[in-house]
Amino acid sequence: MSVQNTAQDEHFRAGKALGLDHLKLGMWLFVGSEVMFFGGLIAAFLHYKVNTPSPVETALLDVTLVGINTFILLTSSFTVVLGLARAQNDDRAGLMRFLGLTALLGTVFLAGQVYEFVALYQEGVTLSSSVFGSSFFTLTGFHGLHVLIGVGWALATLAKAVRGGYSRDDHIGVEIFGLYWHFVDIVWIVLFTIIYLI
Amino acid sequence: MSVETPTASKPIEWRRYFRWNTDHKVIGIQYLVTTFFFFMVGGALAMLIRTELAQPGQDLLNGVEYNRFLTNHGSVMIFLWIIPVLAGLGNYLIPLMIGARDMAFPNLNALSFWLIPPAGVLMIASFFVGAAESGWTAYVPLSVTAPMGQTVWAVSVVLLGFSSIFGAINFVTTVLTMRAEGMGFWDLPLFVWGMLATALMVLLATPVLTAGLVLIAMDRLAGTLFFAVAAGGNPIFWQNVFWFYSHPAVYIMILPAMGVISEVFPVFSRKPIFGYKAIAISSMAISVLGLTVWAHHMFTSGMNPALRIPFMITSMIIAVPTGIKIFSWLATMWEGKLRFNTPMLFALGFISLFLIGGITGIFLASIPVDLHVHDTYFVVAHLHFVLFGGSVSAVYAALYYWFPKITGRQYDERLGATHFWLNFLGTNLSYLPLFVAGLLGMPRRVADYAPEFAIYNQLATLGAFLLGISTLPFLYNVIISWIKGPKAGDNPWEALTLEWQTSSPPPEHNFETAPVLSRWPYDFGEKVSPADASEASASAGD
Repeated sequence: MSVQNTAQDEHFRAGKALGLDHLKLGMWLFVGSEVMFFGGLIAAFLHYKVNTPSPVETALLDVTLVGINTFILLTSSFTVVLGLARAQNDDRAGLMRFLGLTALLGTVFLAGQVYEFVALYQEGVTLSSSVFGSSFFTLTGFHGLHVLIGVGWALATLAKAVRGGYSRDDHIGVEIFGLYWHFVDIVWIVLFTIIYLI
Repeated sequence: MSVETPTASKPIEWRRYFRWNTDHKVIGIQYLVTTFFFFMVGGALAMLIRTELAQPGQDLLNGVEYNRFLTNHGSVMIFLWIIPVLAGLGNYLIPLMIGARDMAFPNLNALSFWLIPPAGVLMIASFFVGAAESGWTAYVPLSVTAPMGQTVWAVSVVLLGFSSIFGAINFVTTVLTMRAEGMGFWDLPLFVWGMLATALMVLLATPVLTAGLVLIAMDRLAGTLFFAVAAGGNPIFWQNVFWFYSHPAVYIMILPAMGVISEVFPVFSRKPIFGYKAIAISSMAISVLGLTVWAHHMFTSGMNPALRIPFMITSMIIAVPTGIKIFSWLATMWEGKLRFNTPMLFALGFISLFLIGGITGIFLASIPVDLHVHDTYFVVAHLHFVLFGGSVSAVYAALYYWFPKITGRQYDERLGATHFWLNFLGTNLSYLPLFVAGLLGMPRRVADYAPEFAIYNQLATLGAFLLGISTLPFLYNVIISWIKGPKAGDNPWEALTLEWQTSSPPPEHNFETAPVLSRWPYDFGEKVSPADASEASASAGD
């Protein structure tokens, strides 16, 4: 009976009908819901930016610093892609190197954000200084939280690679992490544009 | 301790229901039982509210207590009963209906369930720190100034939101990637279509509510100014965010219910479902259109009057896909060989009660009518006809319909019919008088009222207690039948969907051999005996 069941398991295997791995599909759906979550926070930011502008506080934003930070985060997306390519070539050492680099770049981005927040607080822009401050710190803070989770995820992926995980045939874990990390990056491009550039 | 008897050498079945278990059938039952418990909690709160309103004057509850009971009645019923009980049905049924062994992400599925008990405990326990008192809508500034329990409430709702979102990811992935061989999209049972439309809606709308609750929590805990009017904050913004979720939430609460009804009518009419594709597409249409109607809840909020017209139009358009379903169900029954078993009774009850709720919804979507009856008991009556008359009737239909599948035993039809009639009369008695009270101008969400409304409220209170009593035959029936009801056989209703082509209750892996779809799930017309059906699935095994 159990032998038969094992043979039949082939028929029950998930993910064959759509030609898309079920883990990837699940991650895409989760990313879709995350888009809506950030959509809500972005709507709040834009609503207050239009209706209750704070030109003095907005002028205090350090576009150069955050521009460099943006570049760092974008680079980290590139390193994830390189890491995945290494995994697909069975080059585990290369994968580990690029995952480590990704986590490092993410951490540098977070450090830059903390530096920016501290500087703004010293200038008097706080969560309670105005609706601009409220929506600015909430929106960028929740993005920072996502980067923090992403750094943790990168390190967990790295730890699995160190223990001998991932290979040419098994790199879905890296891909799924990559999907999340690219999403966090793309959200930041949107945030950088609406907060700092327009 | 006393369970360590010789029979305990077999694995003790009931223990798995209290543990982390990844079998979708166990999780489904965990969902159903847990949410029914919360249904009774919500019902008890409702009866307390109705007791206070049995006569004019404040006698049982003071204003604050009344607000707290009212808020938690609504929140428990919506977030801890209707939304998760439908997810529970989806959990139990979807893998069986599409011929899969389990959900795509069994552990995520278990997490979806295990978020519910702590969230429920949090919501109930918030009474100890001053429960939420700003209605289930949590309108600001009330929800920012309310005591500590409001924060607990928000945390609870966010947890339940995560539960919904994880569930939705699972449902969509499972349906898209794990269907049996030969099962195309146009072979999906309509309940699965309903759950698919619901899951897409959950994924798009629920995160927005989470974002809004984050803003409220930030205002309460971190001193932000999102809703502080003096500093430029805007309470209307909350209403937009809230209804962007909560109007779709109405469809989240009704689309799976409509899916249930679409399963019951063909089976108990012995006819193919009328307009299969139209019903399936109308579910998807509702889930898209449902995202465009939210501001009809805000006609009196001081929103831009010019924007009211488009929202009125989109809201009324929703009546079209809904009407398509209702006419399709009626056409399904037309000249059918009707069998009036309890699921069929509840399905018929669903149509008649939901119709009243749906049509009064069109009244409310109309701007001039809405301006007149906004925030009166007319709205209360409307939403209870939709959610109680509609969704809850369908949940009962589902529980009776799939009871033999879940337990392997048959329930008692006479008790089922008793339950139906008590429930049906109770629903009408509770909510019909409230339409009148609302049209006469009785405001909702107030602990007291003018003496002229007394008669309507007395009737409604009577109805509420009738509804409370109506759950007793149901509970008795379910418990006794589950323990010692007659064996039901694998397919007592002679249904054609895949979940009935395996044993009752299904084995751990659902199907002994991977099912291959050989016929459409609604090909009624010739009599199919269970023997034929099992033969069909056996021959389909290769």
